[in-house]
Amino acid sequence: MSETLAAKQKKSVRLAIGEGPGTKLALIIVALTFLGLMLIAPLLVVFVEAFGRGLQVYLDALALPDTAAALQLTLLVAAIAVPLNLVFGIAAAWLIAKFDFKGKSFLLTLIDLPFAVSPVVSGLIFVLLFGANSALGPILDGYGIKVLFAVPGIVIATIFITFPFIARELIPLMQQQGSSEEEAAVSLGASGWRTFFQVTLPNVKWGLLYGVLLCNARAMGEFGAVSVVSGHIRGVTNTLPLHIEILYNDNKAAAAFAVASLLAALALITLAVKTVLEARFAGSLAAQRRH
Amino acid sequence: MQVRAVNISKRYASLAALDDVSLDVQSGELVALLGPSGSGKTTLLRTIAGLEHADAGTVYFDDRDASESRIQDRGVGFVFQHYALFKHMRVMDNIAFGLRARRKDKPNEAETKRRVLELLDLVQLSGLEKRFPSQLSGGQRQRVALARALAIEPSVLLLDEPFGALDARVRKDLRRWLRELHERTGHTTLFVTHDQEEALELADRVVVMNKGKIEQSATPDEIYDTPATPFVFSFIGESSVIPVQIGNGKATLDERLLDLEIGALPDGPAQLYLRPEDVAMVTDGGPGIPGLVVSTRRIGGMRRVTIECGLARHRIEFDAPAEVPINNSQRLSVRVNGGRVYGAGAEGYETERLASSETSDIKWARAEGWLDR
Repeated sequence: MSETLAAKQKKSVRLAIGEGPGTKLALIIVALTFLGLMLIAPLLVVFVEAFGRGLQVYLDALALPDTAAALQLTLLVAAIAVPLNLVFGIAAAWLIAKFDFKGKSFLLTLIDLPFAVSPVVSGLIFVLLFGANSALGPILDGYGIKVLFAVPGIVIATIFITFPFIARELIPLMQQQGSSEEEAAVSLGASGWRTFFQVTLPNVKWGLLYGVLLCNARAMGEFGAVSVVSGHIRGVTNTLPLHIEILYNDNKAAAAFAVASLLAALALITLAVKTVLEARFAGSLAAQRRH
Repeated sequence: MQVRAVNISKRYASLAALDDVSLDVQSGELVALLGPSGSGKTTLLRTIAGLEHADAGTVYFDDRDASESRIQDRGVGFVFQHYALFKHMRVMDNIAFGLRARRKDKPNEAETKRRVLELLDLVQLSGLEKRFPSQLSGGQRQRVALARALAIEPSVLLLDEPFGALDARVRKDLRRWLRELHERTGHTTLFVTHDQEEALELADRVVVMNKGKIEQSATPDEIYDTPATPFVFSFIGESSVIPVQIGNGKATLDERLLDLEIGALPDGPAQLYLRPEDVAMVTDGGPGIPGLVVSTRRIGGMRRVTIECGLARHRIEFDAPAEVPINNSQRLSVRVNGGRVYGAGAEGYETERLASSETSDIKWARAEGWLDR
């Protein structure tokens, strides 16, 4: 008697919150098909094409001097852009989360600007700003500083594009945490720097690392803005994404996919680290909420 | 250490959080800042700590102007409502934080550790020094926060709703424990609370605040027995309010004379404030104010009865013994044995204790048609 009652209840609960088995199956198939076609298949194609003609062809493609130069440039750009955005992101997030001032929401909107603007337009902005016909370009040229079609332009465009990643990651986290721990620290006699390094930074370290990873992935992978400002000079101003496009247009598909596999691998590593971090990160967030 | 806040004003946009507030806290005193939310009590506490800057006014620690020193140098132990423990540090490191941040007289690690363990013993948390804050209960966390504040040997201890985030039982235990701790350590202590019971039980002196001003600063007994303003009367304890009219030295309700002493109150409208214990049911057939029972509820060993009386159906609450049967819609009479009258003058209320009603208001009751039924 009680068993049938329990069974009935179980059944009614399942009906109340779930779909029928047919609907479930259909939804799962649709989701998996979409995922496979749009995400997994392209990723597989990259690696299949890259290694399709054997490991030797793959290694030869990577050994091309232009490829090495592109890889070097990409690493250099990321090595400059990411630390700069790290400092900027922390400063902006600190300012927005811990202080009240006029124009705060405007600043927030401004930080989002690079997300809103098409990367090609971002590149064009810098062409207009530093180009031969601009006000700044000739002046800098007079000092022998070349921005456009050179490394500085690529770095500036990359910084612009990756501007919001770290700040956007930190602001909600810092806002949620409030400033009472910082207030406690200063009331206990800690200086501003001590408070920052021993209280604020440890509280946001996982979010910060996550932001740095995303920022780095984008800095290495940015195409549109960099394409406009770089001038596509082989071996000099070609980053990895630009190099891939050139190889592909030259009908060197195998080489193109070999280089592309580098970027794809970077993406996979980023995702893997992100997943690990999120597990940690979610744990520490939950702890804070309990706190 | 004596703390004086002199003529402190602070505005947030159009709202006056503190309006020319002055407060003295004597050395070793335990003072409660009591008020509803938005009364400015927390702003005052944070201003004394140096966490907020006043628009006008000065805070003195003894005779030193504290406004001139940075918050780091004030030597203030501040305890937050939500503990504000450093989540990523163990209890040990939380408590040692202030000692390690010192520039002058910084103790070595062994000495620091000794002091931390001593403080843990003081807050009765020995053995938990390796725990993280997330592994402690709310009451334990607040005691760690207190130990952390005490570690810097503060000249004043400031607590912002220290028990506000705890459940009722833990709150009561911690309250008693804080009182004992204060008696042992003798720190000048100022704490903020919206819980009147907490303020009255714990503090030497209670400062009642409302709308950015101090309404009354007095001992718990004085606050309860002789509230300076209607706000204090109604904020502390239970109260009923009846509007009365003062004329020729007499108080009237609905144009009927009440046999009340009202002292030197000026003529005009006034408010009669009553506590439940100021009102008693008339059981001997004697005179009283008649009314209709609208609700009864059980409070501990007593029954709290609400009656409506007069033409405007003013509500009066009083306590009757639980064993006396009282039902809704029942008619009965009550006698006023105490309470306070506040005149309408905004510039300070003159008050006078009421004499117990010896003679009756029986004519009034007859006229209302209560007694003939």
